[in-house]
Amino acid sequence: MNLFFEEKKHVYWNPYFGGFLLGIIILSAVYISGRSIGAGDAMKDSVIAGIDMVAPHYTENSNFISDQKEAEKSPLNSWIVFQVLGVFAGAFLSGILNNRVKVRLQKFPKISSKTRITWIIIGGLLFGIGSQFARGCISSSTFSGFVVLSLGGVISMVTVFVTAIIAAYFFRKLWV
Amino acid sequence: MESFISTGLISSEWSSVFAVGIGGAIGFVLESSGFSSSRKVAGSFYGYDFTSLRVFLMAGITSLIGLLYMDFFGWIDFFSFNIPDTYIWPTILGSVFMGVGFVASGFCPGTSILSAAIGKLDGWIFIGSTIVGILVFTLLFPLLEPLYNAGNLGALTINDVLGVSPYVYAFIVTLIVIALFYLATLIRRRKTSVKY
Repeated sequence: MNLFFEEKKHVYWNPYFGGFLLGIIILSAVYISGRSIGAGDAMKDSVIAGIDMVAPHYTENSNFISDQKEAEKSPLNSWIVFQVLGVFAGAFLSGILNNRVKVRLQKFPKISSKTRITWIIIGGLLFGIGSQFARGCISSSTFSGFVVLSLGGVISMVTVFVTAIIAAYFFRKLWV
Repeated sequence: MESFISTGLISSEWSSVFAVGIGGAIGFVLESSGFSSSRKVAGSFYGYDFTSLRVFLMAGITSLIGLLYMDFFGWIDFFSFNIPDTYIWPTILGSVFMGVGFVASGFCPGTSILSAAIGKLDGWIFIGSTIVGILVFTLLFPLLEPLYNAGNLGALTINDVLGVSPYVYAFIVTLIVIALFYLATLIRRRKTSVKY
């Protein structure tokens, strides 16, 4: 039994199969809710809900927050937050079935945990700020580019990937 | 766009149930495809594993072609989607930030949630620092607002800019994606595989 699980641990689905299924799920999401996907939006909603709770006066006076609040009556009730909770549960289930659930820090073996954590924090901060400027994280802007063919979505998608390929050269010690 | 929820066919109380269900399906498929591993995702940028690129582009063309078919069958109105305004400068700046952040950490917000779900501490750290980044942006917003609203080109679509119909655009994109799949196979063959 154990051997069987060990073997499955590093075996993933055929990428074209996974991609096709994901496409079908996105189609049903659009059909049912009229919305696309994007985890960054859920993180933004939780930040706004947090500020609202700690300093309600601040949210009333901030253009950025009041615009966001207008779009969603209550940030934590929004569709995307529930969707992300679902993503968490679905990934956990897949992890359990494939024996991949384990508390650990994943990194390239030749770098220290400290280096890895430092760059994750820098990367996360850049993502947090960048996704607000670009009005969506990679997944949401890509799908707004693919699904509704928005120019901004396409520009964002292409810029992220070109930048990442250039940046890959400078960060190569972290990965290979 | 009109949908089951906006037309009231599914009452709003049920919308969160559907949101959890769709999210669950997305999470399951992405984890099973290997997106919970930052090293596997980063492989696309170093040529040792193109899984993330293949899944991503395959999902993109499936949903694009699928939507055009759904419009053709009359299930949805493709041309009634809300097109967000294109703010060219903040979009480029933000995307450069995200591109660097992607390679520095090996995560995007979506994949960090998958990693965190299967117990990876790196995923949790990324979620925490992304939330701090959004908080910093929100608090500095009065200063950043002029830049945030710079270069509004209006609600443009890529096919309008290129002067082709969505069908022609979808066809061109599909050809490009197939070419990228083939290119990935060629590059992958030249690099030694990485064990992780």
